[in-house]
Amino acid sequence: MKALELKALSKNFGGLRAIRDISLEIEEGERRAIIGPNGAGKTTLFHLISGFLFPSSGRLSLFGGEMTHLQAHQRAALGMARTFQVTNLFQKLTLFENILLGVQAIKGTRFCFYRRVTSFRDVVYETERLLKEWNLWGKKDALLKNLSYGEQRQIEVIMALATKPRLLLLDEPTAGLSPAETILVTSIIKGLPHEITTLLIEHDMDVAFNIAERITVLHFGSILAEGSPEQIKGNAKVTEIYLG
Amino acid sequence: MKVEEILKRSFLLPFLFAVLIVFFPFIFSNYYVGLVIQIFIMAIFAMSLDILVGHTGLPSMGHAAYYGVAGYAAGFLFLAGVKNFWLAIVLGMGLGGLAAAFFGLLALRARGPYFMLITLALSQVLWGIAFKWRSLTRGDDGLPGIGRPEIGLGMNLKPDLYFYYFTFALFLIAFAALFILLNSPFGYTLRGIRESESRMEALGYPVWLYKYTGFIFAGIFAGISGVLWVYYSGFVNPSYFGIDLSVKALLMLILGGSGSLFGPFIGAGIVVLLENLVSGLTERWSLVLGIVYVTVIMLFSEGIFSVFKRGRN
Repeated sequence: MKALELKALSKNFGGLRAIRDISLEIEEGERRAIIGPNGAGKTTLFHLISGFLFPSSGRLSLFGGEMTHLQAHQRAALGMARTFQVTNLFQKLTLFENILLGVQAIKGTRFCFYRRVTSFRDVVYETERLLKEWNLWGKKDALLKNLSYGEQRQIEVIMALATKPRLLLLDEPTAGLSPAETILVTSIIKGLPHEITTLLIEHDMDVAFNIAERITVLHFGSILAEGSPEQIKGNAKVTEIYLG
Repeated sequence: MKVEEILKRSFLLPFLFAVLIVFFPFIFSNYYVGLVIQIFIMAIFAMSLDILVGHTGLPSMGHAAYYGVAGYAAGFLFLAGVKNFWLAIVLGMGLGGLAAAFFGLLALRARGPYFMLITLALSQVLWGIAFKWRSLTRGDDGLPGIGRPEIGLGMNLKPDLYFYYFTFALFLIAFAALFILLNSPFGYTLRGIRESESRMEALGYPVWLYKYTGFIFAGIFAGISGVLWVYYSGFVNPSYFGIDLSVKALLMLILGGSGSLFGPFIGAGIVVLLENLVSGLTERWSLVLGIVYVTVIMLFSEGIFSVFKRGRN
């Protein structure tokens, strides 16, 4: 089955055609990277897929179901999770509360207003399990704003995983990281179970080639090339737009 | 040893506080008993506003709307001969919630400063109605002659002492109810929305629905304070919808600290005491208040309660 399908998708901002007639198919279980120079429309495409923007024309479907007009939270409920290019976490809450909100997001009990949050054992245990699995249990009571930038980038990924997604969208997961931290986050993403279909936007070509099995190159809002990392590396047009 | 200390401390303070409240009327005069009643009522009002301001990140400038709706409801009810308190409080909370349900539909379309302006404008509409519809509300003169209600079993709240204890009980109930609400999955979700709406949306939370429900809860709790104030003061006029009341509640949150339940309580205490005590000392009392407010905000940018929180950590 196709995890994600875009059909003739376009997005205009006034006179600017940010996304031009893009069609894209991602198989279930696939790891795909979208690369492209600055201004190619990568983040706009991501917002269209996750429901933060709506297309000017064209259609999207998720695991075979039409989702063109669904809102972001409705798409999330269907098994889509995303991270943000600029770290987007709950800065004034503790690490534990951050992850707990991620775990709770898919539970039917999230609307409950008369019981203590800690009385929902399943949510608390799952939060504890995630934090221990990622070696962050010792920092559970720290306010998120007091954690390092590298840790926050990791938590971006963990929070997305807390909702048990079938399709994971990663928006430049290694943006702003040191070389050592980049290696760590890259290995985390490579270590994710293969049932999770992963689509990542990456500026760093090395990271993209390292993680993805297939690569789509975006240029001025259109698809320039698509293929395996080897094919993309050998593609003359890609070399030209990256090296000028 | 350490655990014992903490247990002792967390048990001791509320206990001392309760003892103080219970014996207060036997030590101090009626005037001060009245001030404490005002503090409890204003604390409920400020705590209800803090659902929006401190927990959801919605700076409402028109919170008096729900207080006023409940106040007029209780006033009309009493003047129509219905003296049962429980009927009035249910009606007041219901209408406060209903007004919030209606205003929320309009106000939640806006954000930030626009949200502040639209909530302010909506509350002023109610003020305008109360002011102009003289045949019903008697306009600026208001509705006088509202007595103390009956609370069943043949009891009424005419003596100030009874009313004092009854207000204290309702304050405790409101405090406990808000504590439960704000520590529930729903309350945690509100704070997530305060921190980042887009992240909550991406996680799959229907953000608008949470904000709307929080808005209605805030209106319901504000209704309690409006009803109590009518019975306390014995009359209701358009000032119940006044912008100065909405702003005063915001000031309580700024002074006491928002995002906790103690902060609004402390803030309500400071504002009520300062207003009443300083105005007894000098004619230029508003100048003194202004200086105190500015000083406090400069010294404690996160409110006075933040000092206690820091001390504990």
